[in-house]
Amino acid sequence: MSKKKDDKRIIFNSEQEMPLVAMSLGSMLYNKTGAWRNIKPVIDLSKCIKCGICWKFCPDTSIDIVDEWPVVNYDYCKGCGVCAEECPEKCIVMVEEEK
Amino acid sequence: MKKVIMGNHALSYGAMLSRAQVIAAYPITPQTQVVELLSEMCANGTLDAKFIKVESEHSAMAACLGASMAGARTFTATSAQGLALMHEMLHWASGGRMPVVMGDINRAMAPGWSIWTDQIDSLSQRDTGWIQFYCSSNQEVLDTVIQAYKVSEKLMIPSMVILDAFALSHTYEVVEIPEQEKVDAYLPPFNPPYRLTPADPHAFGGLTSPDHYMELRYKLQKDMEKVPALVEETGREYEKMFGRYLGQVDDYLCDGAELVFVTSGTAGLTARVVVDELRAQGVKAGNLRIKLFRPFPFEQVRSILSRVPKVAVLDRNISYGHHGVFYQEVKSAMYGLPSEPAIFGFIAGLGGRDITRETYKEIADYALKHDRPEEEIVWIGVKK
Amino acid sequence: MSKERKMTITLPREELMSSGHLACQGCGATLAMRYALKALGQKTILCIPACCWSVIDGPFPHSSLDVPIYHCAFETAASSASGVRAGLDMVGDKETTVMAWAGDGGTFDIGIQALSGAAERNEDFIYACYDNEAYMNTGIQRSSATPIGAWTTTTPVKHYKKERKKDIIGIMAAHDIPYIATASIAYPEDMVKKFKKAKDIHGTRFIHIYAPCPTGWKSRPDDTVKLARLAVQTGYFPLYEVENGEKWTLNLKIKERKPITEYLKLQGRFRHLKQDEIDLIQAEVDNNYQKILKKCGL
Repeated sequence: MSKKKDDKRIIFNSEQEMPLVAMSLGSMLYNKTGAWRNIKPVIDLSKCIKCGICWKFCPDTSIDIVDEWPVVNYDYCKGCGVCAEECPEKCIVMVEEEK
Repeated sequence: MKKVIMGNHALSYGAMLSRAQVIAAYPITPQTQVVELLSEMCANGTLDAKFIKVESEHSAMAACLGASMAGARTFTATSAQGLALMHEMLHWASGGRMPVVMGDINRAMAPGWSIWTDQIDSLSQRDTGWIQFYCSSNQEVLDTVIQAYKVSEKLMIPSMVILDAFALSHTYEVVEIPEQEKVDAYLPPFNPPYRLTPADPHAFGGLTSPDHYMELRYKLQKDMEKVPALVEETGREYEKMFGRYLGQVDDYLCDGAELVFVTSGTAGLTARVVVDELRAQGVKAGNLRIKLFRPFPFEQVRSILSRVPKVAVLDRNISYGHHGVFYQEVKSAMYGLPSEPAIFGFIAGLGGRDITRETYKEIADYALKHDRPEEEIVWIGVKK
Repeated sequence: MSKERKMTITLPREELMSSGHLACQGCGATLAMRYALKALGQKTILCIPACCWSVIDGPFPHSSLDVPIYHCAFETAASSASGVRAGLDMVGDKETTVMAWAGDGGTFDIGIQALSGAAERNEDFIYACYDNEAYMNTGIQRSSATPIGAWTTTTPVKHYKKERKKDIIGIMAAHDIPYIATASIAYPEDMVKKFKKAKDIHGTRFIHIYAPCPTGWKSRPDDTVKLARLAVQTGYFPLYEVENGEKWTLNLKIKERKPITEYLKLQGRFRHLKQDEIDLIQAEVDNNYQKILKKCGL
């Protein structure tokens, strides 16, 4: 399992390095899907009631719970906006990504 | 122990002695007795296996593959339309490197409905990446199932053990049933290099980009190329333990022959009777029965046939718009060799029409009369 | 909010689905997987036929799930799972849960023969269908799960889908399997409860998950959960269970169902519908909802 949590991309240089079959040897964490984003969620923690709803509804598993606060992982957040839409306190806003 | 059993039961005994753990099958004439006996064996405890009575051959193969991925030894059997329905999953088995062993009873393809033998069903699957063995006796069927597991599991490539409908499937012959203990010594339990287990989670068969796909197929071909030597090695080992050699081809009086019949399946045994008769008349005939068809036993076929002036290939099949399949393959194997013989292609026995001594006599007459084949295909027995 | 107060966590904390997967923004199918695995835990083997998830998981040699996956042929989710279960039993693993995880095309259409066969044999696995109501992975073609009135690339606006959605629960219930449930990504606690319940039952268990697809429905990615909720609140996709083919239980009673138009108007795939067509769809929804209430004895 520990291997799976690695965010290194596995690259094969020759067929000898490859397994016999198409089988996974590492996780998708190498794929920083944050690059897909046009808008990003920003959480106003002063208004946050710690309801856990943003964490719960994130399709990209990109809201972590750090010291009992929700924290967006911008490496992976695709900017879908579900968290902002679902937040009952409306303390998440989607802002233009600076490119 | 010796028993008088039908060819279909020889497959069942082979699977039982190999300790197949999961069997999934769907009934089709003329395969039914294979799975009937296995059901019986599972029900009465002779065989400790799960029998999944699926709703189609496609599901039969799919279930075998799932079980194989979970680390179990698997067996199924089918015929004709059933094999064709499985086609997609045959690629899945070889591409996913799952060493299923399957019996196929050679039956002609519909329409019109035919339950009788020819080889088009299995030969239509020749490019699916399966090892194919064509058997000519019930003993050979039983022995080959056991050997097939050994070869398949070593290389992680599936095997098809093939026998003629009725001519073998329903014909009773005396068969030596090996002792379980000895079979266990020959064939160790299945222990694949990878499997589906939460203890070591992998995703198998995911999206494979052009960056990787070709290497995986290269590896499959490279391992396919190891099959002939492994058949030889495991066949000799089998001979040592059970007294019966299991080879790639079966050479009957080819050495010094002026005409060799190339055959496969039960048609080979008829050929031998004719070889003996021709020899009695002063014609030096021989018979080369090709047992291992995929991978093609290039080395042995070349070494035997390059010493022969004339070769008559009998095909109980046809690749429409081309030739008989064995004829194509033998020609391609011999192409460009300095001592390439004159190779004649004959088609006979489609849809279960008998291949008799007369068939071979006609073939011999034609081949002896001509220096080179004058027709692309010589049909034997067509009512013109 | 005080620093000391703990976050309210209503689902198992363990994440078996990692970030970095290839789903579109706001993908409902991804939430479905995340919740299902939270319920089932790591000792789970998935059989995934051709569907969005065969791509979402990631290309060889990577995967976004910490459970074993067997990517199987399109029509073989149920037959492959039957085989995996039998194989595990024979190698002595009785503990691991086997789950077929298929889209609506792989379940309602091409995989229904194998599914019916497995259900008739009462094979011991969970079959989860995440339903996004069309062939989304191939680019939004209609399936027999596509609802009446919907646009897809093979039911263009001028010839939108005129046929009803296939009643998959009715079909599965007719097999008398021990457990059937509907679940929605808008109600994750309910979904987790159902998967946990299913895990402890033997035999064929079927869970039909409603999973919105912004790409295929022409809806906003941020509306995914809202749409799933509206589907329940309008009575379009009620949450219920069927045990042994006979005990029907409604899990969430909706006192005042919202009009279907609230659900339809958020989706581009229904934009072409005129009022009389929407009225017809409303009548369909009412009728289906009443049928389910009746089966639930309400």
